[in-house]
Amino acid sequence: MNVFDGQFPRELEDESIYIMREVAAQFERPVLLFSGGKDSITLVRLAEKAFYPGKIPFPLLHVDTGHNFPETIAFRDALVEELGLELHVRYVQDSIDKKIAVEESGKYASRNALQTVTLLAAIEEFKFDACIGGARRDEEKARAKERVFSVRDDFGQWDAKKQRPELFDMLNGRINVGENVRVFPISNWTEIDVWNYIREENLEIPSIYYAHQREVFQRDGMIWPNSPFINKDESEIIETRTVRFRTVGDMTCTAAVESDADRIERVIEEILSATISERGARIDDKRSEAAMEKRKQYGYF
Amino acid sequence: MDISNKQVLRIATAGSVDDGKSTLIGRLLFDTKSITSDKLQAIEESSRRKGLDYTDLSLLTDGLVAEREQGITIDVAHIYFATKTRKYIIADTPGHIEYTRNMVTGASNADVSLILIDARNGLVEQTRRHLYIAHLLRVPKVVVCVNKMDLVDYDQALFESIVNEVKALVDKASLTGFDISFLPISSLYGENIITDSEHMSWYLGDSLIEALESVEVKSHQTDLPTRFPIQYVIRPKTNEHHDYRGYAGKIASGTLKVGDKVTVLPSGAVSEIKSIQKYKTELKEAVAGESVSVLLKDDVGASRGDMLVKEGDFNFGNEVVSEICWMDNTPLVVGKTYKIQHGVSESRVKILGLNHKVKTDSLLVETNISDFLLNDIGEVVLRSSKPILADSYKDNRNNGAFILIDEFTNNTVGVGFVA
Ligand SMILES: Nc1nc2c(ncn2[C@@H]2O[C@H](COP(=O)(O)OP(=O)(O)OP(=O)(O)O)[C@@H](O)[C@H]2O)c(=O)[nH]1
Ligand SMILES: [Mg+2]
Repeated sequence: MNVFDGQFPRELEDESIYIMREVAAQFERPVLLFSGGKDSITLVRLAEKAFYPGKIPFPLLHVDTGHNFPETIAFRDALVEELGLELHVRYVQDSIDKKIAVEESGKYASRNALQTVTLLAAIEEFKFDACIGGARRDEEKARAKERVFSVRDDFGQWDAKKQRPELFDMLNGRINVGENVRVFPISNWTEIDVWNYIREENLEIPSIYYAHQREVFQRDGMIWPNSPFINKDESEIIETRTVRFRTVGDMTCTAAVESDADRIERVIEEILSATISERGARIDDKRSEAAMEKRKQYGYF
Repeated sequence: MDISNKQVLRIATAGSVDDGKSTLIGRLLFDTKSITSDKLQAIEESSRRKGLDYTDLSLLTDGLVAEREQGITIDVAHIYFATKTRKYIIADTPGHIEYTRNMVTGASNADVSLILIDARNGLVEQTRRHLYIAHLLRVPKVVVCVNKMDLVDYDQALFESIVNEVKALVDKASLTGFDISFLPISSLYGENIITDSEHMSWYLGDSLIEALESVEVKSHQTDLPTRFPIQYVIRPKTNEHHDYRGYAGKIASGTLKVGDKVTVLPSGAVSEIKSIQKYKTELKEAVAGESVSVLLKDDVGASRGDMLVKEGDFNFGNEVVSEICWMDNTPLVVGKTYKIQHGVSESRVKILGLNHKVKTDSLLVETNISDFLLNDIGEVVLRSSKPILADSYKDNRNNGAFILIDEFTNNTVGVGFVA
């Protein structure tokens, strides 16, 4: 993989800030979906820049599966504190307790899909009309088809065939009662753009993105973090290795890579020479060829 | 400002169904080693499942289930790759006439339009339509790729006759505004995409990647009159920033300098630029494309949808003549009211008259029309409830277009290009 001179193309930032301001201007109750991962950290910086010296004019929402890396939660709370942000947290566990979501079982059980239920409930509770997310079009083939302003119906459903034309940089966020919009300000960024941006902006990120020692085990040719949330069988042996994570999802569906990249420059070098994509380490996408498209039809981010 | 090589080059594909657009993009990524092994493996597996004996690289961009089933592109896919020179954003658009609006959507941001022609079919209806759209949208550079040369024995005479046919059409229909070049390729076998073709030694020009790497996109936008649409007013209302009033927006064209005298439209109030800010940085000057906040010397009471221009260089009214492309199943009719969004400014418009339609298959003009149907292109007259602060699109691509929105469904139903 080549990269334009190792630099972050600044016109992408201008475009993303423009999108942030459109959200604030066009919607009454926007929210920024914050997972604690590098993409949502990037979104927070963009929102900060878009409204400076004013405060970010919308809250953050974290849909907490209860299966997070503890490092991510610590990072989230520190960031919220430092920037004086408003954070709402809604728990998948609550949706399970209320019996509106059902826990999966078996070796591959994950709460990733259940997040949608909790998210839709939160949208209803707070009457959010726009949810800003850090999805990028380079991540996955169904994402590559999505608009910057993506209109969802009452059930959060994405209808690929009825997407509004999005021309030039004009964004149409007008919606009917019951609808809401998912907004993707970094649609046109790639993984390496995000990393170069983090480096150039000196952004802090959770420590699990850097090489560290961790208890892991091998499954399906991938390295999984040991945690109380993952169902292991006897053949799966725990060992301590030096690894890092390329994405921050749930501990049940995010695989690690063997790495000794302990600084951002080395992380970038590693990504440039990687032959497997970022989502190649996400078990949630491997369920079927159309996994992402199907999840989006059901209101997934 | 002078000619500058952009850091980001935006490309859109065009051409008829099955001409090989998606395959070409897949090839481009494959040959530049931009496809990771897991994605490639997934494509190989689905090719096998479909009973193919080769890897169908179009599956890289045709990401929807319906597209993979039917083997066609339905909606625009955005694909990314980078070289040492720059980052590329590719909009792979559908070739089917039914999805022309998606093709227009993809082309609206393009610096380069890649128009494919199947060598076996030569110039067809979609070629005319897409050349016309490239001209209408003022896409600066068109690369015509004559594809599937492998199926016509790499015939030089055939390639040249197609080139001449396209050139003749461009001249006859006066399709101006772009620079055009031609390439004989095979997307399937990757010939003249990255590497030269041993079967076409008669072709001495650039490969596709060479052609793309050397595209120089003139950033005309900074030479044009200044247009700064106010997108959002930043008013922190804290003790520290009690009287702070920052007009935030993305400069559409021209430049802004501290000390410039400016006029606020539509009110006509005048003031002077006190400060230009980008987050914590104070700038002396900002240019087209930058998202900034501008502070003025006087309290002019400007708000979202207003525009800052330099003194003396404006002339805007409520009535405009415009080319439009209709994008909805419900036809456009005279007398109906729509919302109009020009940049970030919204108002209402009434359709006063329909001047003509361009039959994009033949490029003939049709007058005496009563409506515009899905994918129709032509000229209309509109009157707006407040002045439309748009320039002529052909003079200023960033301040000459607008969208029309249905007041009942809220859908984007058309795009307009001010005459
Ligand atoms: N022999 C040969 N076949 C090709 C070539 N390029 C594409 N094809 C085949 O042509 C068919 C259509 O290719 P696509 O890439 O899907 O065409 P498209 O232009 O993207 O089609 P739409 O997006 O639906 O308009 C596929 O079967 C390809 O394998 C080529 O250079 N040579
Ligand atoms: Mg296609």
